[in-house]
Amino acid sequence: MRWHRIQALVLRYTYLYTRSVPRVTEILFWPLMDLLVWGYVSVYLHRVGGVSGAANAFMFLLGAMIFWDILYRAQQGVTLSFLEDVWSRNLLNVFVAPVRVSEFVLTTFIVGFFRIAVTIGVLAGLAYALYSFNIFSLGMSLVPFFANLLLMGWALGMVTTSLIMRWGQGAEALAWGVPFLIQPVAAVFYPLDVLPGWLQPVALSIPATHVFEGMRQVLRGEGVSAASLAAAFALNAVYLVAAALFFRYMFTVARRKGLLAKLGTQ
Amino acid sequence: MNEAVVQVEHLRKEFNGTVAVADVSFNVRHGEIVGVLGPNGAGKTTTIQVLLRLTTPTSGAVRVFGKDLERHRCEILQRCNFCSAYTALPANLRVRENLRVTGGLYGVKDLPGKMDRLLELFEITHLKNKVTGQLSSGESTRVNLCKSLLNDPELLMLDEPTASLDPNIADKVRKLLRRIQREQGITMIYTSHNMRDVEEVCDRVLFLHKGGIIAEGTPQAVIAQFNHKTLEEVFISVARSGDLLAEATE
Repeated sequence: MRWHRIQALVLRYTYLYTRSVPRVTEILFWPLMDLLVWGYVSVYLHRVGGVSGAANAFMFLLGAMIFWDILYRAQQGVTLSFLEDVWSRNLLNVFVAPVRVSEFVLTTFIVGFFRIAVTIGVLAGLAYALYSFNIFSLGMSLVPFFANLLLMGWALGMVTTSLIMRWGQGAEALAWGVPFLIQPVAAVFYPLDVLPGWLQPVALSIPATHVFEGMRQVLRGEGVSAASLAAAFALNAVYLVAAALFFRYMFTVARRKGLLAKLGTQ
Repeated sequence: MNEAVVQVEHLRKEFNGTVAVADVSFNVRHGEIVGVLGPNGAGKTTTIQVLLRLTTPTSGAVRVFGKDLERHRCEILQRCNFCSAYTALPANLRVRENLRVTGGLYGVKDLPGKMDRLLELFEITHLKNKVTGQLSSGESTRVNLCKSLLNDPELLMLDEPTASLDPNIADKVRKLLRRIQREQGITMIYTSHNMRDVEEVCDRVLFLHKGGIIAEGTPQAVIAQFNHKTLEEVFISVARSGDLLAEATE
C-alpha cells in the first residue's frame, strides 16, 4: 500500500464534498430530520407515559437513533464513494492508475469515518441542545460501541459495493436499502427479548445487536457487558474478512465480465 | 528502439460465450505509435481494456515492459496512462484540483511545475482555475490529455482522443501528440474512427475485424494491401464486407 495514493484519493473526495452544497446537505439533512422526528416522538412518549420506564424509553430511542446513524453512515461512506466515481465517469481514471483495490477500499473507510465524525458531532450537539440528551454520558463505553458500528458499517458497505459492481447502476438503490434489511432484526429501537425466540439467535449473530443491547444496559446504569462487546468484535472480525473476500471475488468477476469498464463509461 | 514494450500473444476474450477478441497477437515497439482500427464490435476497445487490466483475458498472454500484466499490474500502470473520450474527470473539481489528484495517484515529483508546463503545452493555462464541468468538450479533451501525460508515461493509450474536437483543435492535438512522441519517445496505442487522424499520427496500424487482425503495417502498406486510395476507403470496405452490412440493414 502506498500512502500517496490513499492521500490523493482522500483529497479527491474532500474536494468533492466541500465543493458541493447538495453533498454537504445530504450528510446532515437526513440525520437531522431523524433526530427531530425521533426526538419529539420520544418527548411525546415521555409525557403520555407517565411511568418510570418512559424516561428510559426516551433515552433509548435517541441513543439508538444516533447509534443507527453511525452504522448507516459508515456503510454509506464506502458505497457512496464508489458511486461518486461511477456517477462522474471517473472510475476508469482510478483503476487505470496504479491504485490497489485495498487502497481504494481503505480510502472509502477513511472518508466514511470523517463523514460520521461530522454527522455525529452535529447530532450529539443538537440532541443535547434540544432534548438535554448527552450521548457522552455513555462514557468510555462509547468507544467500543462506536468502533463496532463502524466496522459493521464498513463490512456492509463492501458487500453493497460488490453487489453494485456486479449488477451495475440498476442496483444502486441497494446503497440506501441494505442497512435496513438488518434493522428489524438488530434490536435497534427495542430490546432483544421483544423479538420471537426463534429470531433471537439470528439477532445475536449481528454485531450491532450487541451494541444496541449494550447501550441500553449502560443507559440503565448496569455497566457494559465485556462478553457482549467481545462477541461483537469477534463477529465483526469474521464479517469484515468475509466482506473483503466477497469484494475481491466480485471485483475479479467484474473484470472478467468487463463490468468495471462498462460501469466506468455508462 | 526495437524492443517490444507490449507483447500480446493469442489473446482471446469472450463475454458470456460471445467472442469479442478471437485470437490476437501483436507487438508494439518502443517509441511507436500504433493505431488499432476497426468497425464497431471489432474488438479494439476490449483489447485496450485488457491492456489496461480493466478486463481479464479468457486466454492468452499480455506482457508490458517485459513483465506479466497480471502479476505486475501496479508496477506497469505506474509507467502507463490512458486518455479516452468516454471517461471524464470529476465535473465539480477545478482543473488544477483534478490534475493534483491525478499527480498524487502517480506520485509525480514537482507537480505544480509539471502541471503548468502541460497546461501551457496544450494552450489551456487560462483554464487552470475553471470548474471542469464548465469546460467545452474540446477543452475537456485537452485537460484529459494533460492528465494522461502528468506521470511522464512510457506507454500512452489513447481511445479516440480527438472524437469531440473541431478540425482546428484536432489538428493541433495530432501535431502535439506527434511532437511529444518525438521528443519523449513515448510509445502510443491509438484507437480512432477518424482515419485522417490515424494516417497522420500512426507509424503502424492493426486492422481488427470480428475479433481478429486482418491487416497490419504502415498506413500506406495497409491501403496498398486493399487496393484503395485512403484508409477511410479501406475501413468502409472492411465494415461493409461479410454480414456486417446485412446486419445493419436488417
